Amino acid sequence: MKNRYSFLIIVLIVGILGSIECRAQGVENFFKNSQISGNFQFDGMYYNHDSVIGAPEVPEKVLMNAFANINYNNGPFSAGLRFENYLHALQGFDPRYKGIGIPYRFASFEKCKFGITVGNSYDQFGSGLIYRAWQDANLGYDNSLDGIHVRVTPVTGLTIKGIWGQQRFYFDKGPGIVRGGDAEINFNDLFTRLHEKPFRFGIGGSFVSKYQDAADPVYKLPKNVAAYSGRGTISYKNFMINGEYAHKINDPSAMNNRIYKPGNATLLQLTYTRKGLGMYLAAIRTDNMSYKSDRDADGNDLNINYIPSLAKQTTYCLPAVYTYATQPNGEFGFQAQGIYTFKRKTKLGGKYGTTISLAYSRYNAIDKEKIDAVTPLDSTGTLGYKSDFFSMGKEVYYENLNFEFSKKFSKTFKLIVDYFYILYNSKIIEGHDVSDIYSHTLLADMTFNINEKHSIRSEIQHMYTKQGEGSWAFGLVEYTIAPRWYFSVSDQYNYGNPDSGKRIHYYNIAASYVFCSSRVSLSYGRQRAGIMCVGGVCRYVPAANGLTLSISTSF
Amino acid sequence: MKGFYRLNDKFVNKNRQMRTLYCSVLIFLFFSGYVLSQNQPTNPVGLRKIPAIDVKTTDNKTFNTANISNGGKPIIICFWATWCKPCINELSTIADVYPEWQEETGVKLIAISIDDSKTSGGVGPLVNGKNWDYEIYLDINSDFKRAMNVNMIPHSFIINGKNEIVWQHTTYSQGSEMEMINIIRKVAKGDTIPAEKN
Repeated sequence: MKNRYSFLIIVLIVGILGSIECRAQGVENFFKNSQISGNFQFDGMYYNHDSVIGAPEVPEKVLMNAFANINYNNGPFSAGLRFENYLHALQGFDPRYKGIGIPYRFASFEKCKFGITVGNSYDQFGSGLIYRAWQDANLGYDNSLDGIHVRVTPVTGLTIKGIWGQQRFYFDKGPGIVRGGDAEINFNDLFTRLHEKPFRFGIGGSFVSKYQDAADPVYKLPKNVAAYSGRGTISYKNFMINGEYAHKINDPSAMNNRIYKPGNATLLQLTYTRKGLGMYLAAIRTDNMSYKSDRDADGNDLNINYIPSLAKQTTYCLPAVYTYATQPNGEFGFQAQGIYTFKRKTKLGGKYGTTISLAYSRYNAIDKEKIDAVTPLDSTGTLGYKSDFFSMGKEVYYENLNFEFSKKFSKTFKLIVDYFYILYNSKIIEGHDVSDIYSHTLLADMTFNINEKHSIRSEIQHMYTKQGEGSWAFGLVEYTIAPRWYFSVSDQYNYGNPDSGKRIHYYNIAASYVFCSSRVSLSYGRQRAGIMCVGGVCRYVPAANGLTLSISTSF
Repeated sequence: MKGFYRLNDKFVNKNRQMRTLYCSVLIFLFFSGYVLSQNQPTNPVGLRKIPAIDVKTTDNKTFNTANISNGGKPIIICFWATWCKPCINELSTIADVYPEWQEETGVKLIAISIDDSKTSGGVGPLVNGKNWDYEIYLDINSDFKRAMNVNMIPHSFIINGKNEIVWQHTTYSQGSEMEMINIIRKVAKGDTIPAEKN
């Protein structure tokens, strides 16, 4: 196995020969059907040392991330690879992303109800509670499975999937082996007479197991850890309800302080929608559900599963200062959302309609009780704790109430007003030893169209809080010359910081040029850690000061 | 086994790997060159078709993207997510002029949400709540996004009557929908989109 790239070439040649032979028309048709596509992204930054905001001295001065995907497709056959380059990785990305390589390559063939992928694959079973392989370059996240992925659709309405492989771990692979399968039945697709019925229902189930050798001198650790889940969806006209329950056997790991308690997760979602109105209700309960292919891994490394966070996501920068992060060891969360549009040409709707929305989400601890009178909670080598499924823990992790008003007043002016109340348990979410942070944010987002091509967008935001870093103010002005040019100036000011030396201005200027599927952007300034949206793109950035160049294109 | 991907370590020993890598890249380039030259007479820019990927409707039906069609009329495919403000701006702006666009060119907009299970439950309510008249699909694990080589959202494509991708654009800024409708008008008339626009 010295030479892994030969694998790709062999697969390519086999696929090519195979498809040539399949076609009576021969070589000419083969080349006619060949398609090559791909994309490329480069992000480079020159770093200034800035002790005020906590941006460290960068020995290399400049850092960069780049990748390119190249995909080949010919009818049922496709193959692709991703070239990645970190010399060295940008601040905020794991330093184990180091060097150059091809950590992702695959070949797949799809014909007659069968789909086979060898090499790296991405997929998820159900909502991902026991298996999800996915990638996001801007987050530096990639847990693709290197191995085999098979998908069969014996009849319309029934899909069976199987996976077997090892997970990507930076430029290496994780030590564990991951195997699993999933089946999903959609009854309305399966039975012809149910095709057009308003009542729709489907079920699904999955099983995943990981194997990792164990040689612990003290504890007898499970080498094989299984997880299974079941799910169902029912919809009737405008209503839909879906749920999934997942269970994992005992899996002592670095994440759960090596306790032997089995884990479980439950997700329930309810929606009602009709034209002009949408309502959404969701609840999630997870209990000791971190599932990794290496029991010693921590953070985001080698996750086999995915625990969705139901907390309202915002891309406005001040409310995003306090963003909730999933607590895989246990949480009880729910979310309610309503959105309504007043029709055009009514009193409240005006000429173009008015949209209002209300969202509330809350996360609590799960109930935890000692396993007996003497053993402290979460003691290594024990069952850890007992938990009553239906009672919620007292500790609040996060709470978010959001009201939004959005209206186009005329062809030239559009306004969005948002209010956010956020309660953020900094001790649980970030491990900081500070009290809960209560914040109130009010913001206005205004767009002025000067003419068809020129427009100005401005954001004014204010966040009031007595805790944490204190109050913030934010201002932004964007000038766009559609569809190519974009300029912006912004400042985020922590004027309420209790430490007067930390009342910092995070200023930023940016320009970008877009040409069809390519975008080049240049920005200079300070960035605080968090989600940053510039020129219509959002990504996570750490505290930094400097000049950034980004190039992105697809072909 | 460890570190076999890393090309910059132990460089001397990895020469053979590098050679094979170059070979595979060369094979790709050769094919792409050949493809483009083969397609020259009929497709001046080597037009790509929509890849066949399974996505879901908001009421949990499976839909294969190879079945995307609009009876020979142009199609817009927009990649978006409920948490992406510029995407919502773009779709809301187009929603205001969509009936006129449809009347004039027969165009259909297909909005592909890349929301994962964290936020995908909110897609249906948001689309209806905003009164959008688009065809909506959920690409929960970004399979279609990957197959279409989308780096970041919003990213939109224009598809001609033969299901070929004739134009694409990344990001959204106020007013860039005007460029889009100009291209759609040309596509609706059956004009070829010049390569520099693609």
